[in-house]
Amino acid sequence: MDIRISPKENIPIYLQIVNQIKYLVAAGRLAPDDELPPIRKLAEQLLINPNTVARAYRELERDGVLNSRQGAGTRIAAANSPFSEDEKTRILTERADALLVEADQLDVSVQDLIKLIEDRDEVMNAQMKEKKI
Amino acid sequence: MNSPVNEPAIQVEGVTRQFFRKRALDDVSMTVPKGCVFGLLGENGAGKTTLIRHILGAFKAKTGQVRVLGQNPVTNPVDVLGNVGYLSEEREMPTWMRIAELLRFTEAFYPNWDRAYAAELMESFRLDPQAKVRTLSRGERAKTGLILALAHRPDILVLDEPSSGLDVIVRQDILAAIVRTVADEGRTVFFSSHLIDEVERVSDHIAIMANGRVLVSDTLDQIKEDHSRLTIQYKKPLPEAPSIEGAFSCQGQGREWTVICNGQRQKVLAHVLESQAEVVDESQPSLEEIFVARAKAETR
Repeated sequence: MDIRISPKENIPIYLQIVNQIKYLVAAGRLAPDDELPPIRKLAEQLLINPNTVARAYRELERDGVLNSRQGAGTRIAAANSPFSEDEKTRILTERADALLVEADQLDVSVQDLIKLIEDRDEVMNAQMKEKKI
Repeated sequence: MNSPVNEPAIQVEGVTRQFFRKRALDDVSMTVPKGCVFGLLGENGAGKTTLIRHILGAFKAKTGQVRVLGQNPVTNPVDVLGNVGYLSEEREMPTWMRIAELLRFTEAFYPNWDRAYAAELMESFRLDPQAKVRTLSRGERAKTGLILALAHRPDILVLDEPSSGLDVIVRQDILAAIVRTVADEGRTVFFSSHLIDEVERVSDHIAIMANGRVLVSDTLDQIKEDHSRLTIQYKKPLPEAPSIEGAFSCQGQGREWTVICNGQRQKVLAHVLESQAEVVDESQPSLEEIFVARAKAETR
């Protein structure tokens, strides 16, 4: 499981774990029933306090991302939970908000911004095609 | 040792220590709960090592008192030291011994010595039991010292600047040992450091010291919650940092200045109102920002 912690970042460490696991689930890199490392193992791997990992797992369980059953370990919850879509929306909403604030500061209208996104999409698609050939 | 469950691992109350004219500890109080990782932050000369020496009973508290697992470390050294593992910053060890000899020598002092655990640590630290202490690198010396501190499975592990002067790989080994120690049996770790990043990673409780005084001592979450970082925009550029009552630090230039404050937030806001300025950004400061602001305000 690819998780990176940066204490310098101004997000509490437990929340960094929560966000990254949610991201991995939303991106399909963690699938339902995948097992997560035990608390002490992940703590040792990330070199952080085990209580911090425990708190992240508790939070994820409360959000319905994880199931932990005695003896069965901690696993990603079933696929048809509505979480994944919500989470995608949440992640993109954050980015969209930041983009809108910046556009506003630069005095760029929403219409121009949407046009820009469409243009960029075309450019990126063209680049992808080139790479495949 | 049998002691009540809710009794703190370490309790320091009003300890003051004077070395000639310098006050090394000034009315120091802190409580280290059982099962936590307690990080003691401070610059060199802040009083961290002097405090640790009181906890180990090497110094007798002339004012105030120190209790380790409920015992006085000065009058009860056997009980206290038998349950404490200690790694000093200097890591003084007999240089003429081989590591294996040093382990056997140390084992004799501890009835709870766990030989299998010592062997496991030797293996994971990639140390050669036949190597003489004299020939060890700084990192190997630190790891040897850590095994000596851990192998009797102490209730409390005390580390004085465990990673000072070590390269990143050894530092990671030491942090991993700290994490394993608390994860395994809910033991307590008390360690001093000036590396904020490392303290923030593994600690759940933190104390900040400067000039022999404890400026803050609380859980990491609470410390962060108690402090705010406000960016103030003035109508006109200021030639130098404004002096703001209640702010620990004030940095910036021209019209924008950023202050770090704690419960005094209201005073800072009153200043903002009075100078017809406005707060353009408010966020939670990082531990590093809190540490620098508090330590500077103290030593100024």
